[in-house]
Amino acid sequence: MNTRIAVLIVVAAGAWAQTPVQMPRYRWENFTTENGLPDNHVFQVKVDGARVWAATENGLALYQNGKWKVYGTQDGLVHRAVLFIDVDPRTGDVWAATMGGLSRFSAGRFDNYTQLNSGLPNDVVYGVAVQGDAVWVATAAGGGRLDVKTGQWRHFNERNTPMYEIWTYAVTAGAEKVYYAVWGGGVLEYDVKTGRWKDYNDPDGETEIVLLKDQGLIHEITTSVSWAEKDHVLWVATYFGASRYDGRYWKNFLEKDSGLPSNFLNQVKALDGTRAWFATDKGLAYYDGTSWAVYRPALVGTDATRAPEMIVRDARGAVTRVPVDTAPAHHYILGLDFQGDDLWVATAHGLSHGIRSKLKETGNK
Amino acid sequence: MRRAGSSTVANRISNDVSVIDLARGVETKRLLAGRGAAYLALSPDGRSIYCTHIYPQPGAFRTPPESEVTVIDTRRQIVVERERLSNAAGVFHVAAADHGRLVIAAQLRPKNLIPLAHVEHGWVFGNSLSVFGAELGEVVQVPIDELDRYYTPPFGLAISPDNRQLFVSTTGSDSVTVIEIPKMLAFIRAASPEQRRSLANDLSASANYVSARIPVGRAPKGLALSPDGRRLYVANRTDDTISVVDTAARQVASTISLGRGAQLSPERRGESLFFSARFAFQGHFGCANCHLEATVDGLSWDLEPDGFGVDIVDNRMLEDVADTAPYKWNGSNPDLETECGPRTEKYFYRAQSYSPAELADLVSFIKAIPSRPNRYRRKDGELTAQQQRGLSIFSRTLTKNGTPIAFDNQCIVCHNGPHYTNLSQVDVGTGKPTDRSPVVDVPQLNNIAISAPYLHDGSARTLEEIWTVFNPHDRHGVTNDLSKDELNDLIEYLKTL
Repeated sequence: MNTRIAVLIVVAAGAWAQTPVQMPRYRWENFTTENGLPDNHVFQVKVDGARVWAATENGLALYQNGKWKVYGTQDGLVHRAVLFIDVDPRTGDVWAATMGGLSRFSAGRFDNYTQLNSGLPNDVVYGVAVQGDAVWVATAAGGGRLDVKTGQWRHFNERNTPMYEIWTYAVTAGAEKVYYAVWGGGVLEYDVKTGRWKDYNDPDGETEIVLLKDQGLIHEITTSVSWAEKDHVLWVATYFGASRYDGRYWKNFLEKDSGLPSNFLNQVKALDGTRAWFATDKGLAYYDGTSWAVYRPALVGTDATRAPEMIVRDARGAVTRVPVDTAPAHHYILGLDFQGDDLWVATAHGLSHGIRSKLKETGNK
Repeated sequence: MRRAGSSTVANRISNDVSVIDLARGVETKRLLAGRGAAYLALSPDGRSIYCTHIYPQPGAFRTPPESEVTVIDTRRQIVVERERLSNAAGVFHVAAADHGRLVIAAQLRPKNLIPLAHVEHGWVFGNSLSVFGAELGEVVQVPIDELDRYYTPPFGLAISPDNRQLFVSTTGSDSVTVIEIPKMLAFIRAASPEQRRSLANDLSASANYVSARIPVGRAPKGLALSPDGRRLYVANRTDDTISVVDTAARQVASTISLGRGAQLSPERRGESLFFSARFAFQGHFGCANCHLEATVDGLSWDLEPDGFGVDIVDNRMLEDVADTAPYKWNGSNPDLETECGPRTEKYFYRAQSYSPAELADLVSFIKAIPSRPNRYRRKDGELTAQQQRGLSIFSRTLTKNGTPIAFDNQCIVCHNGPHYTNLSQVDVGTGKPTDRSPVVDVPQLNNIAISAPYLHDGSARTLEEIWTVFNPHDRHGVTNDLSKDELNDLIEYLKTL
C-alpha cells in the first residue's frame, strides 16, 4: 500500500474513532447541469426502485441505468417548473406537481390537469400524494383530491375544513391519515375512516418567539409533513423549527437546543416515529432519536473552496466534526428521498446521491 | 381477458383498464389507457396485453386525431408502452402474432380537418391497419382500400396459425379482407422512412398485399379462426348469423343462423342500414363511421362545402334523441327524416340515398338508441351533497351578490325538460369568426359527461373549459362569480344528467 494512502486511512480512522456516537456516513455523488440535470435548482427528488425522479425548475428528470432523461413542456409536461413528485406504487405512474398544473406521466404519456381544464383547485401545485385511487394535491388555493376512477375532484379549503389559510404547501397521505402543511396555517389532518378534519396550530400564535415549547406545533408557517404511520407519529417542518407529535405529546426541535443546523426547514422525511431527516437552508440533518448529524459543504467560502462537513451532536450536546471527503451539492437542501440505505438529496445547486459507506461505520465498532 | 388468476377489462367510459383478482373477486388496480378503451388482445407468448380505443385522445382543437395502443406487461400488470397512432380514431380490434413480434390494429383514419366535400377523392375516411412490433421497430400504417372502392370500417382481426394471413372484417362493406402478411411486411420494408409515413394515404398500396375480399353477411364484426386455420367464423351483427368461411377456397362454406325471426322490426332493419356503407359513393362510409358503435367519435368535423374551416361542428350524441328536434347544431333540420335523408344524400354520401321505407327504418333505429346508464348517479337516485350544491347553482336566479340573472341566461331556462333542452336556438357567445351564425341549437345534456369535446364546434375539451375559457362575458349562463369549487359542484351535478 502506498504510504501516503495508508497515512490518510490512519488519520481518517482516528478521526472516526473519536466520534462519540455512530452516525451514518455517505459518499456523495453530485449531479448538476454539467452531467445531465436540466437545471441546478432541484425542488424535490422521488425514488421509485431503480428509477430516480428529480423535480427541477426546468423539467422532470429521470435517472435510470446511469443516464438522465429529461421531460419538458415539449414532451407534454404541463409546466417547466416541477415542485414535487409522487409515484403510484401500483402502476408506476408519476404525478408531477408544477407551477402550472398537475401532470400525470404514464408510460411516456402526459395527461395534464389545470384549473381551466379540470377541477384542480389552482395551477400552482406545491405537493402531490398518491393514496390508492385518490390523488391529493396541495395548491396555492387549498387542497384537492382527485378520484382517478371517476375523474371527480373535491376541494378542501376554508369553506369545508378548519383551514383559515388556504396556501397549502405540502401533503402526505397514509392509509389512515392525510396531512397538509398549510403555509401560515399549521397542520391539517384528515381521518380517512371518518372523513373528518382536524387542525394543529402553534399555541402561541404566529409569533416567531417560542413561548410554549413542546405544548404544540412549533410554528404556523409549515412547509412539510411526514407521517410515520406504523408508529402513528407526525413530523412537521416549519420555517421556525421542527415538531414531532405522537398523538399525545409534542416535541419541538430548534437550532438552539438540538442538532438542527437551522430553524429554516424545507422538508422533513421520517424513517419512523423516532428517526427523521430534515432539509434545511444550512444543510441536511439527521436525527436518530438521540443524536444529530449534519451533512453539507461548509457555509463559508466559494463553491470551489467549501470543504465537505459532517457535524455530529450527541445527546449531551457535545459536537464533533467528522472528517469527510464529500458533501451534498449545496447546503440549501430542498428535499430528499431514500433508496435502500442510500439517500437522494435535492439542493439549490444540484442533486446529490448519498451512497452509504458501511465499511467505515463497521470499522468503527 | 382472463389470464393466470386475473382478468383484464377495458373500460370504455372511464378510459382505463381494470385488473381483477379472480380469486378474491376484487379490482386490484386501474391502469391508465386512452379514451374509449375498447378491445384487448394477448400476445401469443402471454407477456403482453394490447388495448385499443374507439375514440381518439383529447387533443388541441382542430389538430389531427391521435390514438394509441396501450401495452400492458402481464407479469408486472403495469403499462409499459404506448404505441402512438397518428391521424387515427376509431381503432377496433388488435391482434398479435409471431410471439408478439408483430402486432396489428384495425383503424379508421378520419379526415375531419378538411371539408367533407371530396368524397370522390377519398377524403373522408381511410381504412387502414397500424402495424408495429419488433418486426418493424415502428408503427407503420397501411391502407386496405382500393383506388375506387372502400372497405370500411376495419373491425375484427384474425391471424392464421402460420402467421401468413390476416383476416379483417369490414363491417360496413359486408366483407372480410384477406391480407398476405409476408407481402405486406415486404412492402413496408421496401419503403423509405418517408414513404412509410405516407403509406396509409396511398390507395394503390393495398394491391401489393390484399389477396381477397370475401363477401359475408351483414355488418361482420368479430372473427375467430379454427385452431387449424381452415375455418374462419364471422359474426354478422345485423344478420344474426355466423358465416363459416373456407379459408383455402376463400368463400363462405356455410352460414349458421342464430334464430333470427322471419319478420324484422323497423329498428333492426334500420340498424342494418346504420352500419352499412353501401349507400355512399364507392362504399366510402356509413353512419357508424362517425357514430362509432352508435355513439360519437370525439371529433369535430368540417362537414359542408362552405370553405375550409367554416362552420366546424362537434359530433353529437344519438342516444335518446327522438324528442329533441330540431336537429343539427344550427337547428335547421326539423326532424330526423330530414337530418338523415336529403342532407345525408346531398352532403355526405354523394350517391344514392335511402328509399323512403329505408329512411323510415333508419330513423326508427336512431330513435330507439337508448341512453346508457349514468355512472355518476347514485343507485338510490339521490344527489350527493356536492351534486346538490351543483343543482342549486344550475337552478339559481340570483348571482352570489344578489343580482338577478336575466331569465334567458339562467341555466335551467334553456337546459330544461327531460333532455335538458328547450329545443330552441340561441346565441350564447360561443360563436367563432368562422361560424356563419353564432346562433346554435340548445343541446340535450343527457350523459353529457361522456360526450367530450363540447360546444357546437368541439372547441371545449372538457366541461370546465365551457366556462373557464369560453364564457368570458357570462353569456352562456352566469358563471364568472363562481369560485372554483362552486364550478366543480356545478360540473359534478351536470355529470349526473
